[in-house]
Amino acid sequence: MSPLLEIEDLRVSFRTEDGVVGAVDGVSLSVDRDRTLGIVGESGSGKSVTGLTVMGLTRGRSTTISGSVRFDGRELTTASDAELRTVRGNDIAMIFQDPLSSLHPFYTVGRQLTEAVRAHRDVGQGEAHDRAVELMRLVGIPEPEQRMRAYPHEFSGGMRQRAMIAMALVNDPRLLIADEPTTALDVTVQAQILELIGELQKRLGMAVIIVTHDLGVVAEIADDVAVMYAGRIVEQAPKEGLFGAPRHPYTWGLLGSIPRLTAPRDEALVPIAGRPPSLIHPPSGCRFHPRCPYVRPHHTRIDPQLEPTGDPDHDVACLLPDPVRRALWAKLAAGATPQEARATEDEMMGPPTETETETQAGRP
Amino acid sequence: MSADVLLEVRDLIKHFPITRGIVFQRQVAAVHAVDGVSLAVHRGETLGLVGETGCGKSTTARTMVRLLDPTSGTIHYEGEDITHVKGRRLKQLRRELQIIFQDPYSSLNPRKTVGSIIADPLVIHGMLSGKSERKRRVQELMDLVGLNSEHYNRYPHEFSGGQRQRIGVARALALEPKLIVADEPVSALDVSIQAQILNLLRRLQSELGLTIVFIAHDLSVVRHMCDRVAVMYLGQVVELADSDTLYQHPRHPYTGALLSAVPVADVVAATTKQRQVLSGDVPSPVHPPPACRFHTRCWKAQPVCRETTPELEPKPGGSIAACHFPLTDEEAAERIPTVSAAGPVEPSA
Amino acid sequence: MTRYVIRRLLWVVVLLFLVSALTFVIFFVLPSTDPAALRAGKTRDPEVINAIREQLGLNKPKIEQFWIYLKGIVLHFDFGHSYLNNLNVRDEILSRLPATISLSLGALVIWLFVGISVGIISAVRRRSLMDRAAMGTTLVMISAPVYWLGLVSLLLFSQGIGVIPIFPGSGSYTPLSEDPWKWFTSLILPWLVLSAAFAAIYARILRANMIETLSEDYIRTARAKGLSERRIVLGHALRSAITPIVTLAGLDLGVLLGGAILTETVFNIPGVGRLSYDAIIHGDLPTVQGTVLFGAFFIVILNLVVDIAYAYLDPRVRYT
Repeated sequence: MSPLLEIEDLRVSFRTEDGVVGAVDGVSLSVDRDRTLGIVGESGSGKSVTGLTVMGLTRGRSTTISGSVRFDGRELTTASDAELRTVRGNDIAMIFQDPLSSLHPFYTVGRQLTEAVRAHRDVGQGEAHDRAVELMRLVGIPEPEQRMRAYPHEFSGGMRQRAMIAMALVNDPRLLIADEPTTALDVTVQAQILELIGELQKRLGMAVIIVTHDLGVVAEIADDVAVMYAGRIVEQAPKEGLFGAPRHPYTWGLLGSIPRLTAPRDEALVPIAGRPPSLIHPPSGCRFHPRCPYVRPHHTRIDPQLEPTGDPDHDVACLLPDPVRRALWAKLAAGATPQEARATEDEMMGPPTETETETQAGRP
Repeated sequence: MSADVLLEVRDLIKHFPITRGIVFQRQVAAVHAVDGVSLAVHRGETLGLVGETGCGKSTTARTMVRLLDPTSGTIHYEGEDITHVKGRRLKQLRRELQIIFQDPYSSLNPRKTVGSIIADPLVIHGMLSGKSERKRRVQELMDLVGLNSEHYNRYPHEFSGGQRQRIGVARALALEPKLIVADEPVSALDVSIQAQILNLLRRLQSELGLTIVFIAHDLSVVRHMCDRVAVMYLGQVVELADSDTLYQHPRHPYTGALLSAVPVADVVAATTKQRQVLSGDVPSPVHPPPACRFHTRCWKAQPVCRETTPELEPKPGGSIAACHFPLTDEEAAERIPTVSAAGPVEPSA
Repeated sequence: MTRYVIRRLLWVVVLLFLVSALTFVIFFVLPSTDPAALRAGKTRDPEVINAIREQLGLNKPKIEQFWIYLKGIVLHFDFGHSYLNNLNVRDEILSRLPATISLSLGALVIWLFVGISVGIISAVRRRSLMDRAAMGTTLVMISAPVYWLGLVSLLLFSQGIGVIPIFPGSGSYTPLSEDPWKWFTSLILPWLVLSAAFAAIYARILRANMIETLSEDYIRTARAKGLSERRIVLGHALRSAITPIVTLAGLDLGVLLGGAILTETVFNIPGVGRLSYDAIIHGDLPTVQGTVLFGAFFIVILNLVVDIAYAYLDPRVRYT
């Protein structure tokens, strides 16, 4: 049986005044029922655009979309707007980062929920109301009957996100896309919402895609993880594999940049040098090469593809040979700096054949 | 002890009044933003203030450096009572007490060049009157924070978020302050950039001997940056300890809940710890709950918590906490991911 | 809310007092015809003029005159009598109000309908040919002075002088109570002329508001719910974008009810605007005072209505 959602070679670009922004550039992934996929990346990595494109929410006159998004065997990229509307909010639902700005400020929460019910079900106001109340109760909003009549600004941040979740789930979607669902929330409320999403997923058997910049959130809630950089997936693996044995230098960089409660307090942070590249003129070859401490001259010319690493379901797009990557990670995991690890690389592969200056030539 | 205290606040209260009236406005209530905070900032340390939205951490810090006037309480800086100073003395103090803001996009004037933004404090305080002298100082500052000093004449929009935050840091450093309040300095930045700014602040602190009051909602970041941490809830400090003590032996249940809620990028810890999820939301700071303000959400609360306000006092383990029923080490260990031997797993060859 | 309304009504009284005092002062500071001479008509006899001056109380100190005037308004709702023709100012204004109300409300309906429709279509089809044409037209409408537009429309369409004589011309106003059909046809041209600039401004404002609203997060949420584009535009986006329009419409209507001077003059409609125009020309203080106070009254009251309406339109707004 094919997976519930299958994305193949998805490309999304936007025409802007400055040029064509290739926001998503050849992304393939799949999610199945009862699974949670985490898509991690920084701003501009294309993680949100990927989620929005599944819903058809990036369509527009200045957008070009190619590739394929199949939901339950049905092609969505070529579906008409009307067909897509029957899927949105029905089979696939979405929640967003800021629940305050994502709810209409002038309508009561109840009205917005019943509207979602009636968009897809031919039911009366009363029945829609009952369904909305049922969902409000399910997501843990106290006194749902009263709260139906309240406006979004009368809710607290956490309650608003619960209301958003209730609204997303009124039509029993089979896939829930959560775009940074906890980024705008306080840490204790974030814990509540993550727990709620996890619980509901188990209970309703949904597939969930959670888009986030926070590796911690992914470690908590996801089964599988895709790491995105500059519009592409650079590493994809089950959670245990990704955190236990990451294979891509960017993933190492991310893990090294965040202070962790589980690490010794004085452990130095190792930031990734530079900053995310322009998507109008992406770097040649491997898109991470201008920031990669382990870059080799040919990496500026050859575009790496996502390939199996040998570990189960673990794919990575990196031009370094697998044994070298393993050795590098072993060094880093033992506390070496990228410079020290780089020495190992040079030992294994010999010094770079071309000069360093040439390597950097691709970047201004 | 008092010798190395740079700045100290006692019983600091800051209320924002809510008024009502037809012709004459009278006060009907107040937002209790800061409600009786006593804290000392030691010379050369980084003191962290953590807590959730509305806990008063930003207001506390801003009142400390006299950007806001306290409703009551005292502020002592280097032994001098600065609670009510005005005019020239206040202007002098502004030189020594600086602040870095969260949003690197809105806190820089888009119509000024980076050079003049950084030079502004020098001009305002009439320092380095010579033009070339001032320019040299600005470029020195740009070098110091890792900006290319040739970009002196560029405008803020030509810089990325991380670089703009560096500009903010350079501006704060221009007057060689003794104390810097860093108000959520990395919250608006991408993960890989966050680390650059955090490392910069740490380096500057050790190079320049700065004292930093570091405000953040991210507990991992605070732990990494701070020597001592004060946990705030609804306008009050509920626990105060040095970082290691606080994170290993938290005593206040609220601290425990905060630590437990932090998502950790560590699969072993994420799947083995028993998460303590607080129910409900933070109560309104207009009508805070009586006695212990945390009792409405606390799983250890007893009737006494609703009646008697717990004092901030030393608890076993070294931290100072305001709680009648402090957490035990066992309770903490169950809920909080600790420094694990687990770490990253060795690759299976 | 009640407190708020009471406070605002107190301010209305204060404001009207200030307005009347100000017109009074301006009138006596600026050189104008001697009211007594005005009333005396063709007579130049100083005796007669003096007698009239005595009768009108013009010999009394200015402050006392003002006091008497205020007392008349407060105690008897009496605005005095015109210097020009001795008619009661209050009755004169009230008798002319229906014409002004007919003109203003009719124009309001037209400009709201046209402005909102064009605004929505232009926002949804942004940068299309239709949008560009509409926005070009609005610029012309805003730039064209009302009296010019009025005269051109008369030359083009009015019976008698028009090239295509399809509408009654200037001075053909008939009250609604007399002949509804004639009332309607006589007002078509004035309505169109008066509403042109307003419709254009409203279309531009609504277009800008709609474009901004359509990029809001909650519109994305509405799309994610699977609502039809029609529901999204008319139900969600318009609901937010129209709020400032409602405010503006209230204020503009308040101004017009005080007299659409230019339109009424061009089309010779016997409304309050026409009345105040004549009164100003002749230096007829009581009538000027009366029309100014009426105008100010409409403006401040509609202002209050708009502010109260705002609280209902935007549930986040609460007055205390």
